[in-house]
Amino acid sequence: MLLDAKGALAAPSAGALYDVPRYGNVHLLHFTDCHAQLTPVYFREPNVNLGVGQAVGRMPHLVGEQLLRHTGMKPGSPEAHAFTYLNFEQAAATYGKVGGFAHLSTLVKRMRASRPGAVLLDGGDTWQGSATALWTNGQDMVDACLELGVDVMTAHWEMTLGDKRVKEIVERDFKGKVDFVAQNIQTTDFGDPVFKPYVMKEMNGVQVAIIGQAFPYTPIANPRYMVPEWSFGIQEENMQKMVDECRAKGAKVVVVLSHNGMDVDLKMASRVRGIDAIMGGHTHDGMPAPVIVSNGGGKTLVTNAGSNSKFLGVLDFDVRDGAIQGFRYKLLPVFSNFLPADRDMTALVKKIRAPYEARLNEKLAMTQGTLYRRGNFNGTFDQLIVDALMDVKGADLAFSPGFRWGTSLLPDSPILMEHLMDQTATTYSYSTLTEMTGATIKNIMEDVADNLFNPDPYYQQGGDMVRVGGMSYAIEPNARMGARIQDMRLNGKLIDADKTYKVAGWAPVAEGATGEPVWEVVGKWLRDKKTVAPRKLNTPRLIGMDGNPGIALS
Amino acid sequence: MGDPMRIRAAAAGDTVEVKILMRHDMETGQRKDAAGKVIPAHHIKTLVVKCKDKVVLDAQFGPSVSKDPFLSFKFKGGAKGDKVSVTWTDNTGDSRTDEGVVS
Amino acid sequence: AFTAGLLKPSDVFAAEWSQKVFDAKSLEDVLKALGGDKFAVSPDVIVSGPDIAENGAVVPVSVASKAPNTEYMAILVDKNPSAMSAAFAIPAGTEPAISTRVKMGATSNVHALVKADGKWLVASKEIKVTLGGCGG
Ligand SMILES: [Mn+2]
Ligand SMILES: [Mn+2]
Repeated sequence: MLLDAKGALAAPSAGALYDVPRYGNVHLLHFTDCHAQLTPVYFREPNVNLGVGQAVGRMPHLVGEQLLRHTGMKPGSPEAHAFTYLNFEQAAATYGKVGGFAHLSTLVKRMRASRPGAVLLDGGDTWQGSATALWTNGQDMVDACLELGVDVMTAHWEMTLGDKRVKEIVERDFKGKVDFVAQNIQTTDFGDPVFKPYVMKEMNGVQVAIIGQAFPYTPIANPRYMVPEWSFGIQEENMQKMVDECRAKGAKVVVVLSHNGMDVDLKMASRVRGIDAIMGGHTHDGMPAPVIVSNGGGKTLVTNAGSNSKFLGVLDFDVRDGAIQGFRYKLLPVFSNFLPADRDMTALVKKIRAPYEARLNEKLAMTQGTLYRRGNFNGTFDQLIVDALMDVKGADLAFSPGFRWGTSLLPDSPILMEHLMDQTATTYSYSTLTEMTGATIKNIMEDVADNLFNPDPYYQQGGDMVRVGGMSYAIEPNARMGARIQDMRLNGKLIDADKTYKVAGWAPVAEGATGEPVWEVVGKWLRDKKTVAPRKLNTPRLIGMDGNPGIALS
Repeated sequence: MGDPMRIRAAAAGDTVEVKILMRHDMETGQRKDAAGKVIPAHHIKTLVVKCKDKVVLDAQFGPSVSKDPFLSFKFKGGAKGDKVSVTWTDNTGDSRTDEGVVS
Repeated sequence: AFTAGLLKPSDVFAAEWSQKVFDAKSLEDVLKALGGDKFAVSPDVIVSGPDIAENGAVVPVSVASKAPNTEYMAILVDKNPSAMSAAFAIPAGTEPAISTRVKMGATSNVHALVKADGKWLVASKEIKVTLGGCGG
């Protein structure tokens, strides 16, 4: 790799990283998509994050050295490790793990100490993504967020605990402590609001409104039967109404806490007037600087704060004479080695994990290669999952959903049950074996490809392409729906539209599935293997993407 | 006879917003049951909404209107306390009328 | 147009429920069955709904018209076995803006067909019906 030749990794300087002086009088702290990661993890950023349509060559669709060049980050710096996949193994060994609630808590407290009145925003995807979150029905994360001092929250994967559980937490645990806001969730009968659309906070004499935008496509991307009485959607008109209402009530700063995904937020920012900042999540993009979007009402900042409790966004506004005079924004990486663990949070996390330590620490196998998930088409951990599914189920090919959560493992390290659960812990992780015709397989892949590569962001659902085991294919992201997936082959032979194939998979969204949980299938396979050789990534041949800076060969 | 509807009518000034949730299978006539037999079409065809005997909406439905049909619209000239009546008739000749009060 | 108030409900609609209208396969055929011959795509007509349907069996669709003397509005789904879903006669005093929910078998254009001042006007929007299942 070119970067290795550039010499040693820069020595860390915690002081320089976390010395962020106060600016102005309105302060917003933001984390999102932590996916229930309470303890520090390794996390590899993607080397494939293609932009299509208007998004070609724009943040967040720049990876690796293109991203460094665009943002002016130094190669080999701690920031370069936080924001890119470059030199992953060596940098991870040098800088250590990232995230963890105890370290995040220390950073939150530091920022709060210099910023009176600051509010902490949780962008959602908080109560799902780990074994303990699944086994405690989200209670571990609810308790941890109360300890962290979350003030306002919106949601996505939270909904996969079921509507009743979500209501229970909002009305019992969060009552009087955390405002759960979502302007875009209504009842399916008369369309009544389910949650508060926004909350007004007074900060150093300034009225600040925080409007919630939950993930618009929750009942599509996840099982609808978990929220049968709630409807979501982008609800742009109602968003405009809420912004106007907040302004009329005296808000001088209007912030949207969004789980739209970055590209959807960028489009929304160009169409809705009067929003000062959209602090977004869902697409897990670590955005070092906001994108400033012009619209009919002025300008809107759009941020996205990565995933896995790896970052804390700090947005300061200077509000004087009833108007915003300026802003400062920093997305701070949480390096667990540079930030001491907060004592109270450490104790809480220890208490949460205690009953489960034995199960979490079961050693399933050793991995010889790096295991990670992120990337538009495949990741080595997903490859491991589809390889295991095909082996155990005797399938011709296997699908694994294009989830963006899931942590990374360094070469020659143990794969613990906890790590497998980090990739698979959902409330509907049934494994499946289905007979499908070639035509159906093509249909599924076209459907997912359109969710990812539709040139109109409002038609994008923000995940990645379904991971495919056993079958090779080509993809033309800029083609129309129905024409993107080409040259599908099994063992070199073209897939026959009328022939039937055995397809393994997991996490079906339709009601009534019953298969063995996928972690049991993969766990069994790992225990048998004992040592897992580096996975050979099955990625599609790309058509028409030459020169797209959203891909780098690692 | 069918099942009762849920009717909401709310006045703002002299404009009344009406929301109606009917209870009806709205069977398309194109689905098959487990035995492979076609389930016969069963759907609302016409619907009339009146306020103080004046027709404020007159609708015709086909089988592709969703199960348990929903309608919302606004009309002028109503006030709190007025009665809004909704009557539907389906393709089997069944019909039902329910009333709501403007709030 | 309609002289509301004095008429029996069945008189308000220009025509009885017509099998021909509800069997027509396309916007053009529906229009023909209604006795029209040509239509214009109009910015005065608005059809709205989700970009992606949460549930193809229950897709919220709204139609609205800013055209003066709007007397009739209909919702059509292009790719459904029959195009026409629902039609509304708009008496004087009722706003030409209606929301309902329709079934969609597949991704399709949804049309609002409006009659105003004797002219037929149309607006269209694509609503996607997807298999779902993915996520960030
Ligand atoms: Mn999400
Ligand atoms: Mn997420």
